[in-house]
Amino acid sequence: MAFSKRLFAATLAALTIALPAQAEGLNVRIGYVQWIPDQGPVLSNVIPEPEDSGLRGAQLAIEDNRTTGKFLGQEYNLESLVADSEAAAAAAFEAMQSDGIDLFVINAPASTLEMLASKSGDNTLLFNAGAKEDSLRTTECHANLLHTLPSYSMLTDALGQWLNQRRWKEVFLITGPTSADEGWANAFRRSAKRFGLEIVEDKPWTFNADLRRTASKELPLFTQADDYDAVVVADVRGDFGEYVPFNTWLPRPVVGTQGMTPVTWHRVVESWGAAQLQSRFQELAGRHMNGEDYAAWAAVRSIGTAVTRLNATDASDIRAFLFSDKFQLAAFKGRKLTYRGWNGQLRQPVPLVHPRGLVARAPFEGFLHPRTTMDTLGFDQPESDCRINN
Amino acid sequence: MNRLLKRTALATMIGLSGPAMASMAYVSNEKDNTLSIIDTNTQEVVETIDVGQRPRGILLSKDHSKLYICASDDDTVQIMDLATRKIVDTLPSGEDPEQFALHPNNKHLYISNEDDAIVTVVDVSTKDVLAQIDVGVEPEGMAVSPDGKWAVNTSETTSMLHWINTETFEIEKNIVVGQRPRHVEFSKDSKVAWASAEIGGTVHIIDVDNLEQIHEMTFKVPGVNQDRVQPVGIELTSDGKYAFIALGPSNHVAVVDAQTYEVLDYLLVGARVWQLDLDKDEKHLYTTNGVSGDVSIIDIEDMRVIKSIKVGRYPWGVVIDPTS
Repeated sequence: MAFSKRLFAATLAALTIALPAQAEGLNVRIGYVQWIPDQGPVLSNVIPEPEDSGLRGAQLAIEDNRTTGKFLGQEYNLESLVADSEAAAAAAFEAMQSDGIDLFVINAPASTLEMLASKSGDNTLLFNAGAKEDSLRTTECHANLLHTLPSYSMLTDALGQWLNQRRWKEVFLITGPTSADEGWANAFRRSAKRFGLEIVEDKPWTFNADLRRTASKELPLFTQADDYDAVVVADVRGDFGEYVPFNTWLPRPVVGTQGMTPVTWHRVVESWGAAQLQSRFQELAGRHMNGEDYAAWAAVRSIGTAVTRLNATDASDIRAFLFSDKFQLAAFKGRKLTYRGWNGQLRQPVPLVHPRGLVARAPFEGFLHPRTTMDTLGFDQPESDCRINN
Repeated sequence: MNRLLKRTALATMIGLSGPAMASMAYVSNEKDNTLSIIDTNTQEVVETIDVGQRPRGILLSKDHSKLYICASDDDTVQIMDLATRKIVDTLPSGEDPEQFALHPNNKHLYISNEDDAIVTVVDVSTKDVLAQIDVGVEPEGMAVSPDGKWAVNTSETTSMLHWINTETFEIEKNIVVGQRPRHVEFSKDSKVAWASAEIGGTVHIIDVDNLEQIHEMTFKVPGVNQDRVQPVGIELTSDGKYAFIALGPSNHVAVVDAQTYEVLDYLLVGARVWQLDLDKDEKHLYTTNGVSGDVSIIDIEDMRVIKSIKVGRYPWGVVIDPTS
């Protein structure tokens, strides 16, 4: 009993001593809005995706921020809504805004995200934790929008670099029918050009048979070609892609959205202290942490890091700090992460994984950049029209 | 002392002359669940011992008779008897112990519990848990000042140094430093503390009397991307001349003038250099290189790397028993 009393006293002492007068009652409120449209029926739906991807990452980061904040008299709260329609997401966003929240993490399609970014003013800061579209980083620029999720081109550049350094330069590309598949494939075509790869076959996936019965018969025929080093699959929602590995005409590896994939985050990432993040997440959510979780976590932690240093919660102050050279995010990827000044994209290494192991981590040695080698991934400043800080 | 001599003599008689006669370096191999033992005279691995899961922080008891090992995935601290090289006991440690520090009283062990955001204080003689202190997210580095007044914990995700009064077990001060602080090292006179921030790329020098930062160091390793310069382990020579800073994936150790904080040299060692320790005469510095799985030895008089020794996978900590 004496023990717990002492513990209480210790906590109290920590709070009173560390509390700067001006920070009294500093309360940071962050809104989380999620809307994931129905993906439609997919063939390879054996292992379902979690429905709270993203939300759990934001929750974990709030916990992390709170533990830090208690030494500085800062409190953090997450107000979250998982919407079942775009209209509901917009309504929730507006309600939170009129309630005084001006820091948001949005896990929604690009069009929804843009709609929210456009209707909110300069004094609101949004973090994109759900849309990988390159257009958001190159042409549809919003000064109040940051991206913690990597773009398609960051992921495909990671894969392109890897194929280049393995010298597997001739690839067979299969692209699914959705606009996301096309977005991924376009990003890969750009990466192929950048990293000296040759797309020897570029075939759309148009079959609509159930591959669980016929994969072994249909895919070998579909992937017939003279020769290639690897098959690249662009199947973002996981419709047919899971059936490509081991069913190719030639005995070749499968990479892309299935097989070996470039990802934001994955359970197999454990270096650089990531093992601790993984186990904290597992304890909170009872499942593995994925890319959307990571992006939401990084967004909320970016806010927390800024508030720790600034001791202020104003969205425009936080935005200015995040783009200053004082900001750096320790985010378990082995490098300090910062935001690209032209388009608000969080720079980050990209792990390449298969379902049960880490294969490599981009950027790779030998791919150089005058600013930071992380800028060899995705659209660089001269390639993007965005100038959100000018 | 007498008892130690007797034990030494006994050990010699029963054929275990190795451990007692020569000064040994102990290296924890995080991914092999082993300890490599290096004879510092011959500079070779003489034995590899199985220990608990994911061994990381290791330290010597003040009388050099025991080695404490954080077996992180076993949620325990193991005690190895150095005369017999057997695990003889375990201590309650809280969850996921990573680093720890022993108070000069040889009794109070301060353990950082990475998964629980607490520091656990254990009396090693009675195995009682004396206190559990709330600290920031992912407590990591742990140090106790040589005069015994302060225990300092670094919390990696909170990016703070928490100063714990060793009489009351209460936090008296929190100092915000660079991102991901990893390690704290006190000067022998307890007047100055050095703290490394891995992602921040900085080393912070703290004046212990005032608990204020007096200097912040950065590093520029020629030909190495700035992002890869990630300070972790720190070792200070007892004459106050040098500080050695392990710079992680830059694969270099910085040699620093401990009075002026000027970087004198960068020495190339193995891949992702983590922790450091000096041998008994402070003539050599041993470094654990996590990714290349080896230990580099730096000759301090010549300031150059003279040898690398293959150990287990992901060598994490190194301590050298100066006895004999």
